[in-house]
Amino acid sequence: MKSAMKNVFLFSIMAALIVFVGQYQSWNLALSILNLCLISAVMALGVNIQWGYAGLFNVGVMGFAAMGGLAAMLISVSPVREAWSAGGVGVIIGLFILISTVLAAVFSYKKMAKSPLRALLIVFICVVGYFILRSVVDPATSAIEKVNPASTGYLGGLGLPILLAWPVGGLFAGAVAWVVGKITLGLRTDYLAIATLGISEIIVAVLKHEDWLTRGVKNVTGLSRPVPYEIGLQKSEWFLSLSQRLGANHVTFSSIFVKLCYAGLFTIVLLIVLWLSEKALRSPWGRMMRAIRDNEVSANAMGKDITARHLQVFVLGSIVVGIAGAMLTTLDGQLTPSTYQPLRFTFLIWVMVIVGGSGNNWGAVLGGFVIWFFWIEAEPLGLWLMDLITSGMDADSPLRAHLIESAAHMRLMTMGLILLLALRFSPRGLIPEKVGRHH
Amino acid sequence: MEDFLNAFALLSNFVLVPAIAYGSQLALGALGVTLVFGILRFSNFAHGDTMAFGTMFTILATWWLQSLGVNLGPLPTALLALPVGILVCAIYVLICDRMVYKFYRKQKADPVIYLIASVGVMFVTNGIVRFIIGPDDQNFSDGQRFIIKARDFKTMTGLSEGISIKVSQGLTVVTVIIVVTALFWFLNKTRTGKSMRAYSDNEDLALLSGINPDKVVAVTWILAAALATIAGTLYGLDKSFKPFTYFQLLLPIFASAIVGGLGNPLGAIAGAFVIAFSEIMVTYAYKRFAGYLLPEEWLSGGLLQLLSTDYKFAVSFIILLLVLLFRPTGIFKGTGV
Amino acid sequence: MSYLIGENMTGGYGGADILHDCTIAAEKGEIAVIVGPNGAGKSTAMKAVFGMLKIHTGRVVLDGEDITNLSPQDRVAKGMAFVPQTSNVFPSMSVEENLEMGAFLRRDDIYKTMDQVFELFPILKEKRKQNAGELSGGQRQQVAVGRALMTQPKLLMLDEPTAGVSPIVMDELFDRIIEVARTGISILMVEQNARQALNIADKGYVLVQGRNRYTDTGEALMNDPEVRKSFLGG
Repeated sequence: MKSAMKNVFLFSIMAALIVFVGQYQSWNLALSILNLCLISAVMALGVNIQWGYAGLFNVGVMGFAAMGGLAAMLISVSPVREAWSAGGVGVIIGLFILISTVLAAVFSYKKMAKSPLRALLIVFICVVGYFILRSVVDPATSAIEKVNPASTGYLGGLGLPILLAWPVGGLFAGAVAWVVGKITLGLRTDYLAIATLGISEIIVAVLKHEDWLTRGVKNVTGLSRPVPYEIGLQKSEWFLSLSQRLGANHVTFSSIFVKLCYAGLFTIVLLIVLWLSEKALRSPWGRMMRAIRDNEVSANAMGKDITARHLQVFVLGSIVVGIAGAMLTTLDGQLTPSTYQPLRFTFLIWVMVIVGGSGNNWGAVLGGFVIWFFWIEAEPLGLWLMDLITSGMDADSPLRAHLIESAAHMRLMTMGLILLLALRFSPRGLIPEKVGRHH
Repeated sequence: MEDFLNAFALLSNFVLVPAIAYGSQLALGALGVTLVFGILRFSNFAHGDTMAFGTMFTILATWWLQSLGVNLGPLPTALLALPVGILVCAIYVLICDRMVYKFYRKQKADPVIYLIASVGVMFVTNGIVRFIIGPDDQNFSDGQRFIIKARDFKTMTGLSEGISIKVSQGLTVVTVIIVVTALFWFLNKTRTGKSMRAYSDNEDLALLSGINPDKVVAVTWILAAALATIAGTLYGLDKSFKPFTYFQLLLPIFASAIVGGLGNPLGAIAGAFVIAFSEIMVTYAYKRFAGYLLPEEWLSGGLLQLLSTDYKFAVSFIILLLVLLFRPTGIFKGTGV
Repeated sequence: MSYLIGENMTGGYGGADILHDCTIAAEKGEIAVIVGPNGAGKSTAMKAVFGMLKIHTGRVVLDGEDITNLSPQDRVAKGMAFVPQTSNVFPSMSVEENLEMGAFLRRDDIYKTMDQVFELFPILKEKRKQNAGELSGGQRQQVAVGRALMTQPKLLMLDEPTAGVSPIVMDELFDRIIEVARTGISILMVEQNARQALNIADKGYVLVQGRNRYTDTGEALMNDPEVRKSFLGG
């Protein structure tokens, strides 16, 4: 029970910190932080499933989050009819060529015995498939990109409610994870790490450069929302009377109200994922996963198919990350491929998991909150600190200017240090896993 | 015949020369990764940022020398500054080893823990580099720019296509030949070098033979730092210095090391050239090249480019996946899998 | 007093004790062999002598000096050499380099010792430029023994040197081991092939469940009907 008290205490401190920001900075800021804390917590849960349950090191969190973001855009934006008529057929045919190429390659991989001939044949199938694909898709995509490039120039999406994108984002991420996992799991951990690093760079490169799909760096803005718009609220009768009754400014309150709606939605997702994760962890499946993690050799001897289990858990974790990625894009209301930075999306999440407590879902959630909070607050804090350090210097000394300008980069260093210190001195995290790891 | 020569000149200028230079730079990076892997048995994610760190100090020393008016004539001043960069970088990685990795070595921690620790070191290193020199492009090359200018080549040969070779490219190749020869001499002929190989081969037996593990590890880090700084400086001279680019080099560097067989120095070099040539050949637009060799009516409107340069990292990735699928130990057998 | 003695050793790998009051000794220039059924703690006893396993009772004395608290590396410096059962060569290094690594701590001329090793194992001289990993099992064992001899040890410890080699190779290896002993080096050896090993042993130790069961000269053990029945297959 003592540990339960400690956990409640830790979460209360976190809540108090957010309330503190609300009181002394602004409630708008506090709620923005809270919303991103919630999303970070979901993402951290996804990584924790992979790392904490199975010891898999995924360095491509960014890519899986970006798949979620892509889903949010593709589901919610209305289709651009002109673009579809310009190149839709080509893209669809291209998709079929892609699928049949992959199927042909996989078929020959499965059906033929291991030999140089097989490798050669598969490479041949892929190369031929690629050339046919390019010859069909290239004219189609350039036609699409020519359709009113200033505002569209892409196919658009399905025009469905954006909430639907959350599970779809999970599926997108899960599909990518399946392919990467299929190839690299079962080999050294390093290979999975490097492969995930690579796939995430490629996913983001696709998002940035395939204008016909995502408008690339021109961004897709104004995604539809699952919650009311501020303007709409400010015009509605019930909202005005509500804000009057609370004695709040209706403009400020409308933006707070919207953020609260988001927070509600995110909390629901967080609770569902958390509940499922806890349930899974306590199930025979979860026990088996941890047994494998703690002693791969003996689990192997017991006849467990470790690679298949790892694949399962890798896909599940990536699905959760994908959902969180879709939620994030929903909150932003836009898909901006250039914002996908590995430091922000991969390594920050890792700090959350390690600091929170690998293997413990509550720990991952707490880590998500704490680290995001400090990530946001580190910037004013760092500036303030630099100001203090350099206050003795001449106002226009170049060193002082450089130091203040560079304060932002201190965040990276601080996060790195936190990761190293946590790994070294508190490897089990703020909320450690309940059953000790055997060594 | 002349068309054929023109086509060859064109290909040399845009594929052969850049790929040799890029491959040499990757080779040095991959050698560092593979050495650390062979001795310490983990993939060092901080290597890209270590390259940036060493290069940064080389740049700072270069600026200082330039401000003093010191230069090497036609060669870049950075060559003179290189020892400074190597020294600072070596001290830095030794400090990192003492403060971070040593603890896990004593514990005989799981390799994945080292991996995560190296990510932490990467973060910190990246932060230090950005803090000191900023995240933007830095130019530090001086001296003469070209060994052969395209225009001179054209007047010399009378061809309509020229080959230009930059000083940085020539310098890269010469430096890499010297460095690699020295490294292999060190590993194969000296007592310390042999003890490193022995340690990499069979750690327990090396200990039984009285090889001092602390010394082996320290020498490995110093070599890795030297290789990283040289690779980073050459890359920076050839292209430009930007911290984020060095982080992105991680993927082709790892791909080179794995394609060649992790832990195998010779493999790292071979892997680097495989990656460099594939990357440049796949992203080169062959339209003009084909124009010389094929009859005009065969040419379509396209650029004849297999893959846009935006996706050059995808090339390393795909080669990496192919190797992992078909030959996970690499072309030359490494200690991996 | 024996040249090497592990006296009343009790200990294990941290969990339950594996060795119980076990005593092993080797004389100068003689061959001592540890035999016994699977799981009898034969290798463990040897590792305890070499310091690869902590003993909480008993002591190890080499040439009159108590070395109980020395690390294995320090024991190497004192003149002990150990040939592990598996991974006992540097596979990607040449035979010659393997031998050089054996002599890593020595600063004097090592090539005389190397010639002696080549004399003992002529095949190694032939293959000295070849990587140890490419050799046959028997040849690899020779490299392993050769590497250990390069330290010019006074005591050579071999953990099942004949595991996985053919009977002909085994006989040859044993012949070489006798030759090594004749040069004045003490040999302590763990063997699975009890009968052949006791044949060449000056002293034999039969261990059962980490305890000394029988201790006698090799010949006496071979002739003991009790030992023959239980451990030598009749």
